[in-house]
Amino acid sequence: MPISGCPMADRLSQNPHFQVTDLEAWYGESHVLHRVSFDIREGEVVTLLGRNGAGKSTTLKSIMGMIKRRQGSVRLREKELGRASSRAIARAGIAFCPEDRGIYSSLTVEENLMLPPVVASGGMSVAEIHTLFPNLAERRRSQGTRLSGGEQQMLAIGRILRTGARLLLLDEPTEGLAPVIVQQIGATIRQLKERGYTVLLVEQNFHFAASVADRHYVMDHGQVVDMIPGPEIADNMAKLSTYLGV
Amino acid sequence: MLIFGIPLQLLSTQILLGLINGAFYAILSLGLAIIFGLLNIVNFAHGAFYMMGAFGALLMLDHFAMNYWLALLVVPLTIGLLGCVIERLILRRIYDLDHLYGMILTFGMGLVIVGLFRNQYGATGLPYSMPAALQGGYNLGFMFLPASRAFVILASVAVCLVTWLVIEKTRLGSWLRAATEKPELTEAFGINVPLLITLTYGFGVALAGFAGVLAAPIYSVNPMMGSDLIIVVFAVVVIGGMGSISGAILTGFMLGLVEGVTKVFWPQASTTVIFVIMAIVLLIRPAGLFGKQA
Repeated sequence: MPISGCPMADRLSQNPHFQVTDLEAWYGESHVLHRVSFDIREGEVVTLLGRNGAGKSTTLKSIMGMIKRRQGSVRLREKELGRASSRAIARAGIAFCPEDRGIYSSLTVEENLMLPPVVASGGMSVAEIHTLFPNLAERRRSQGTRLSGGEQQMLAIGRILRTGARLLLLDEPTEGLAPVIVQQIGATIRQLKERGYTVLLVEQNFHFAASVADRHYVMDHGQVVDMIPGPEIADNMAKLSTYLGV
Repeated sequence: MLIFGIPLQLLSTQILLGLINGAFYAILSLGLAIIFGLLNIVNFAHGAFYMMGAFGALLMLDHFAMNYWLALLVVPLTIGLLGCVIERLILRRIYDLDHLYGMILTFGMGLVIVGLFRNQYGATGLPYSMPAALQGGYNLGFMFLPASRAFVILASVAVCLVTWLVIEKTRLGSWLRAATEKPELTEAFGINVPLLITLTYGFGVALAGFAGVLAAPIYSVNPMMGSDLIIVVFAVVVIGGMGSISGAILTGFMLGLVEGVTKVFWPQASTTVIFVIMAIVLLIRPAGLFGKQA
């Protein structure tokens, strides 16, 4: 810890805030992640890019401890979470927004928003979340799944901002949404970055990823095959096209 | 006074008896529905816990001179604790297996419990003396309402209502609903789902125990009392819709009434009418009257 107490210095420190090393995962007998390794610095927005079935969502679920059979190391700050239960992982300050958004139909919008327990101080207040996503305030009494797709996505992101978790795992937050909503979610992610959140984003939408992320990890066949810093993405278009098969 | 050629007094008496049966159906099917919702286990031991509730009241009275009102609190709590222990030590091992195993396991547990009580207390009914406050009754003009029966209905409505309010309107209830709908995601938010499961099973069987204590002064206390009742309660749960809380409560009371009214007009059919309704509901709305259609 060279310079402690100074948030700016801390945010820019080169020590990885979050580190995944040799993560492996299985669905039943099929081995789907092979020695996945990457790291994220505090305050960074990093994407996992890759084709369908490359193992991006599985990586997020494995980090969250939601895949039963997994091994390898997952470290947040100095804390080893590779063998922890998903409850302990959430309590350690990692919050997950699943690909299907995970909105509960048996809960109202407000109950969905209030569901995840606060795991650390410094989370956003409900008022702040409502400022960020005004639709959620208007429809607080509705059944969660009555919201439009875009509103559900906002709810899914909004509810993990309350918890005080500083590392957010977002699984394809733009999937199936109208361009204007995609822009709003992009603006939200940039705002979260300004507030010092660390974000790991899984994306199929490469243009969206390029517009918000500091760095990109490329996955293929359950492995991390490349890392491209955000500013260099234009120079690597040809390579990326091959990876993504676009 | 005659209604459809039936004396009003006969009709209202049967409706009252129906409501009382309904009160038991409601509490028992409510417990089954909560347990099924979260554990995905059809708790075939439910009747045994109900029977234990009645015996609990009786034994507490005989050995500790514990009165009915205290037993209404202590016995369900004890049975709830026992349920928590059973969930932790036994049920927890089979969640990864097919649902059928849960049925067989709880069915077996029920048989063992009933067998132990039969061995100890024989198969004949034991009397539980009516608490003084529940003796007597009210003359409503068209019928006599015994205080003990009025109390059963009130207590059942109160317990069902409070349970419904806790599940539907509180934060703890929202956790329970969330864990019922998406257990893995709920756990990944940091909510202690295994603990919720333990408490839910404990609470569900405590409800059965509560119904058992309620039953002690009005029915005879015997080891088989749960087995007879629980078959009907399963039909109630199927008609209401598995896992629907309000559905279980409403269907319980409704079917008790239907049974009572049937007893007036066609006594021979009164024990089968619920199963006929079950068959019809299964044909028309397989998920039950209040269940979510898949």
